Amino acid sequence: MDIKKDKKIILEIKNLSLNYHTLKSETAAIKNMNLDIYDKEFLSIVGPSGCGKSTFLSLVAGLISASGGKINLKNFSFSEIGYMFQRDCLFPWKRIKENALLGLEIKRILNKKSESAALDLLKKYDLKKFENYYPNQLSGGMRQKVALIRTLAINPRILLLDEPFSALDYQTRIDISEQIRNIIKNEKKTAVLVTHDISEAICLSDRVAIFSKRPSKIKKIFNIDFGGEAGTFHEKRRHAKFNEYFDKIWSELKNEDSRKTR
Amino acid sequence: MKIRERLDKKTFSDEHIKYLNNQKRHFFKVKFFQIGIIILFFVLWEFFARFKLIDPFITSSPFRIWNMLISLNHSGELWMNIYYTTFETIVGFLLGTLMGVILAALIWFSDFVYKVIEPYLVVLNALPKVALGPIIIVWLGSGMSAIVVMTLLVSVIISVINILVGFKSVSEEKVLLMKSFGASKLQILLKLIIPANISVILSTLKINVGMSLIGVITGEFLVSSQGIGYLIVYGGQVFKLDLVMAGILILLVVASIMYLCVSNIEKLYLKRKR
Ligand SMILES: Nc1ncnc2c1ncn2[C@@H]1O[C@H](COP(=O)(O)OP(=O)(O)O)[C@@H](O)[C@H]1O
Ligand SMILES: [Mg+2]
Repeated sequence: MDIKKDKKIILEIKNLSLNYHTLKSETAAIKNMNLDIYDKEFLSIVGPSGCGKSTFLSLVAGLISASGGKINLKNFSFSEIGYMFQRDCLFPWKRIKENALLGLEIKRILNKKSESAALDLLKKYDLKKFENYYPNQLSGGMRQKVALIRTLAINPRILLLDEPFSALDYQTRIDISEQIRNIIKNEKKTAVLVTHDISEAICLSDRVAIFSKRPSKIKKIFNIDFGGEAGTFHEKRRHAKFNEYFDKIWSELKNEDSRKTR
Repeated sequence: MKIRERLDKKTFSDEHIKYLNNQKRHFFKVKFFQIGIIILFFVLWEFFARFKLIDPFITSSPFRIWNMLISLNHSGELWMNIYYTTFETIVGFLLGTLMGVILAALIWFSDFVYKVIEPYLVVLNALPKVALGPIIIVWLGSGMSAIVVMTLLVSVIISVINILVGFKSVSEEKVLLMKSFGASKLQILLKLIIPANISVILSTLKINVGMSLIGVITGEFLVSSQGIGYLIVYGGQVFKLDLVMAGILILLVVASIMYLCVSNIEKLYLKRKR
């Protein structure tokens, strides 16, 4: 399936640039970037570390303003963008339930209806029994799921995920990333994920965008399509196409990445 | 004690029981010496004073201190002076911590204010606050307000510095999370920064018990006609060492009780938080 033909654009990035200024230097993090993001797609971004992936997400979220170029949101506003981080950022003094409602509380849209919608999400994704627990009573994977639900509770149009699984151990990472992808697909959300992990990108995504070294541009975009032959991550990993995608992405990154240290 | 409870269960291997018994013995040994040292100290003190090996007129003695305490109790001075000092100290550490939180919040609010004020904080923190005593007397007279101000001088600056460090060490990611929800700076302060720093604020409160006592006693030395500090200074002036020693003893007890109270509140909070 060709995503470009089938889907409508929800967010358009045109000639986007961003420079960081410090007293010592000026850093061009992103330069003349163009990218269309499609409705309900799962887009992953991989690239050398320090190339500007987090910067890109901050720009898209409207948390920092660009040095040049444009971000066009189609019929929604920056307040409808949800953000998820490497750490779950749950507040240890709040119960799971209260944590899930944080976004609603801050946006002052917490009412009976929005609260019960959020609690329904907890229930739907097997977290109801923990709703009165404190975060430190939950495992890392579950906490990340709660963080996702906290973001989903504000009913965002787009979810931005900045390496949300990289603080988890390997086993949990595979399990939780699959669960989280399924939740996002289930809730029919558009997602942009930054990751270090090529296999994760292949298994999760409809498209994988490769960022170049700083100043970052989009070097290449791969459409990931298992043709409906592989559903679960396990099946995908064993599929012949997996290795094909892996090799392609790997060699793109290798060309790019002369100073990858982390 | 926990070890005894565990031993009562008796579901452990011999090796573990031996270990627990050893720990128990060790625990009692420590307690024995802790208490023994203080008893020995008082006994020797009394002994040397009785047999005139030291001059009780300048060293006092436990027995004479005891008599002094009884006579202070009779005249009502004991409790009145304890009341003054305790009251001033409590007002001092509560107000000092509260002002510390408020000032830290104001400074946190604006990076500009922080940069402007930082060198002042450092210099004021280095200044020994006793030096300001004469100014306080001239401006505020010799009442309780002068003493509370002295106390605040001692505790506020260090509180601000401590609390500000706590405020600034809240993870950048959590702040970004709040911003991604469109939080205002005030919301970030009230919903994230302050709740995340309750334990910092409680430990500041604990430090401020000590700080306030320094302030109160310094203040009473300088200006007051009441309080335990006054008893000590007065005792020195009229060469009644019994009174001086009694004052110090009362102060020790009062300070310990206040410290224990605050530290138990802190423990309770930490336990509730798990
Ligand atoms: N606030 C900032 N001020 C100055 N330079 C920054 C700032 N944030 C990031 N940078 C620099 O911009 C580049 C891109 O950073 P980032 O987007 O975090 O990279 P990535 O997420 O891809 O690892 C890095 O070289 C980083 O040092
Ligand atoms: Mg990053």
